[in-house]
Amino acid sequence: MSEIDTTSASKTVEFRGGGFAPQSRKWVGVAVFIVLIGFVELGTRVGFITNLTLPIPSDVFATFVDLWQSGLLWKHLVPSIMRLIVGATIGVSLGIGVGILIGLFSLIRAGLIPLVAAIFPIPKIALLPLFVIWFGIDETSKYALIAFGTFTPTVVATYGAVDNVDRSLIRMGQSFSLSWLSIVRKIVLPGAMPGILSGLRISLAIAIILLVAAEMLGAEYGIGAYILEAGSLYDLERLFVGVAILSILGVLVSLVIGMIEKQLLSWRV
Amino acid sequence: MDLRLESVGHHYGDMEVLSDINLDIPTGKIVCIVGPSGCGKSTLLRLVGGLELPTTGRILQIGTPPADSINPLTYVFQDFALLPWRSAEGNISLVLEDHKLPSSRVTEIIADVLARTKLTEFAKAYPKQLSGGMKQRVAIARALAVNPAILLMDEPLSALDSQTRELLMDDLVSLWTREPFTSVYVTHNLNEAVRLGHSIVVLSRRPGRIREIVDVAIPLGDRELGDPELERQQKHLWNLMRDEALAADKELLHV
Repeated sequence: MSEIDTTSASKTVEFRGGGFAPQSRKWVGVAVFIVLIGFVELGTRVGFITNLTLPIPSDVFATFVDLWQSGLLWKHLVPSIMRLIVGATIGVSLGIGVGILIGLFSLIRAGLIPLVAAIFPIPKIALLPLFVIWFGIDETSKYALIAFGTFTPTVVATYGAVDNVDRSLIRMGQSFSLSWLSIVRKIVLPGAMPGILSGLRISLAIAIILLVAAEMLGAEYGIGAYILEAGSLYDLERLFVGVAILSILGVLVSLVIGMIEKQLLSWRV
Repeated sequence: MDLRLESVGHHYGDMEVLSDINLDIPTGKIVCIVGPSGCGKSTLLRLVGGLELPTTGRILQIGTPPADSINPLTYVFQDFALLPWRSAEGNISLVLEDHKLPSSRVTEIIADVLARTKLTEFAKAYPKQLSGGMKQRVAIARALAVNPAILLMDEPLSALDSQTRELLMDDLVSLWTREPFTSVYVTHNLNEAVRLGHSIVVLSRRPGRIREIVDVAIPLGDRELGDPELERQQKHLWNLMRDEALAADKELLHV
């Protein structure tokens, strides 16, 4: 150390390694909502936002409380959630199944990837009349629409996830003479799980979007039906109540998937 | 069980990677395969264990593996190949689950191999919690669990730092001295080769041919770090490989 000439000018080495590492900031998300809603509340009350463009948030909240107290909330929410659960379960499980088959078998891959690519961009709402003829006007056509809409993104996410499973792990399985089924069950499936779950986030969001479309098919009750009715009456408060319920549903679904990820994927580095 | 390679050759498309390999792997011996990078030594190992099919020639098992051998030809990989979603014992039980062993026997085997690799207290640890050396120990324990007739090791210590490598080499030596196993050990590290190999096969650069087979007579247990005889052997190997390595380094890759 004695070699250093301490008489010359010195300064601390500048730190330049920060950033590019997302950190948990829990309440920022909530704050964004509060600020945004507060701004709209202020704007509509003071008048620089006219009542024609946006409803007053506190009125929307009052409408929501009314809906709750009248008991109509559950009457709308229960069938909607039922449709979501049944439709999404059918679509997601078929999607995961087909996605895995595409990932595992070259023949199925060659045959189905173009088909899936052809189905994916079709706006499922455009097929509504067809669904009515195929499945009737009752619940089945609503399930089918949601199932169809969640199916394609799930397939694409699943076969991508299967493709991304570490080949060296599969080769390891083969080198220990594990059966084909064991390799699929114990190596491919858990290895594809992170990709499948992140695909699920997208599929379920699409399911909520399609819920409104499905309830255009003559539903008396349902959040979608409620929104459509409010929309045609230009009842902005009720429209926004419905939209807010869908948003909350989306946040809840995302939270649940986050919890599942935490449980199933705790092994991730 | 012995292995014999009869004029084995292999092509990837138009590229010849191995040519006319004749080699015997006798029971109870460790055969090291060294060569410049890209000479096909890892390919050779994949051929030996049946993970790839040789283009020409054949690989023979001579004699039958011991009856209690669950997976006669067993690999230890450079990148460990542990399932990150299973604990150490879970990774070991993975390779036993397909064989319908009674669960008491499985627990017994796992406890035994964990003890042999000094991992008993890490049975419940997940790969992400373990250091590189520990991960490779788990992989070695997993390989021992199926009681292999021949261990095929593909640069098992290459992903580890040099201190860990020394420690694991000692472990491998003591495992072998306690219960001699047969092994084909691929490495690019000449020091590993002279410490662990009963015979050392030197491959030429691509297409890999056997240039020389060097036998090391000193018993495994007596090979110390810095032994002058080993140093001499290592130097001899380096002289054999030096020009090949230099030429291999300058080759363009056609991938």
